[in-house]
Amino acid sequence: MLTKRIIPCLDIKDGRTVKGVNFVSLRDAGDPVELAQRYAEEGADELVFLDISASEEKRKTLAQLLRRVAHAIDIPFTVGGGISSVEDVAILLDNGADKVSINSSAVRRPALISELAQKFGTQCIVVAIDAKQIENEWVVHLVGGKVPTERKLFEWADEAVSRGAGELLFTSMDHDGTKQGFANDALRQLAERVSVPIVASGGAGTVQHFIDTFALGNADAALAASVFHFKEISIPELKTILRNNKIPVR
Amino acid sequence: MKVVIIDYGAGNIQSIRFALERLGAIAVLSHDAEEIQQATHVIFPGVGEASSAMEKLCATDLDKVIPTLTQPVLGICLGMQLMCRSSEEGNTKGLGVFDTEVLRFTTDLNVPHMGWNTVDGSGNLFLNIPQNSHFYLVHSYYANVCNDTVASCTYDIPFSAALARDNFFGTQFHPEKSGGVGATLLQNFLNL
Repeated sequence: MLTKRIIPCLDIKDGRTVKGVNFVSLRDAGDPVELAQRYAEEGADELVFLDISASEEKRKTLAQLLRRVAHAIDIPFTVGGGISSVEDVAILLDNGADKVSINSSAVRRPALISELAQKFGTQCIVVAIDAKQIENEWVVHLVGGKVPTERKLFEWADEAVSRGAGELLFTSMDHDGTKQGFANDALRQLAERVSVPIVASGGAGTVQHFIDTFALGNADAALAASVFHFKEISIPELKTILRNNKIPVR
Repeated sequence: MKVVIIDYGAGNIQSIRFALERLGAIAVLSHDAEEIQQATHVIFPGVGEASSAMEKLCATDLDKVIPTLTQPVLGICLGMQLMCRSSEEGNTKGLGVFDTEVLRFTTDLNVPHMGWNTVDGSGNLFLNIPQNSHFYLVHSYYANVCNDTVASCTYDIPFSAALARDNFFGTQFHPEKSGGVGATLLQNFLNL
């Protein structure tokens, strides 16, 4: 049986792991390769590296980091942050990334999704969507959730999938950093609409939140950062409890 | 031991190289027929679209070289699919090593089938690997179960998770991304 995935997310800035609370003030949470190895050993199903310092000169540092990660771990990993072209993606995949996650650049130019899917296959193209509720509508935001757009979550999700997204990573800006649980209503609606896997992101605080996002939100995977980085939740224990709650895990 | 990974411009081959390095095996990337023929073990990777990958193989005559290899050959993911008779992806013919066809999932479940699923395998590749071990898969097309099937997996319907015929092997899953059981499988292949 296909299992639900647990995905620690490592926010990378200048080669180090950081985690934003509501995407603002950052705290240092360690060496990315060391953390990645620890998570792989503990039973993480996948990892996401989000380069929040993405700029031209930083891109090379990222490629080197990915190579070190790919050498060290034997589970899949996705990389995102500042990706805006076929060339960007080619470099990341060549350095060992399994999937890339695109966000703002896809909103600005949706044809990028189609180009990447055609060149590299839909299986390695993740479209990340940051959204927050404004007057009862989920409004897509850019640049780490700072800039609102005209786009609405569900319509954008439909378009991203029809253009070739192989997976959606949905972060609720309203839930991110709050540790009050995932946006399960929106997640369930997404899961009903689209036929690709959905990764839930934003709001993990307790083991119950993971149970809920799989059982109520129908998420295929759940992503979290600080609860894992600061050892508030251990992955082996989380998996045992999920299993006891009849949620299939590895 | 000399391991060659066939490099024909299809997908992420670094991960396989790194996985072999973790097992102490140095692998060479090559599209040169002679170098491939001289290897002790050949890995035939592939990520991407079947018909364009097949065109790349044909352009360098690798479509003729691969089926005639006599040492252990391991096709991974698209590599395995291309070793079948045909694929619905781009309606292409395959190398015809394995006697089955590759079809697109027609299911209400999500496609691609992505993540860790249980695999029941037998034979040399699966030595010391418990039944129902989890392997990592990501694919939208699958090889039908056939006489060459040595491992099966179920996603709505059962499909071939691994195939074997003579010196040819193939896995739909990615052993290089499947944690400890994946490493065991690769070691089993290198032991052949």
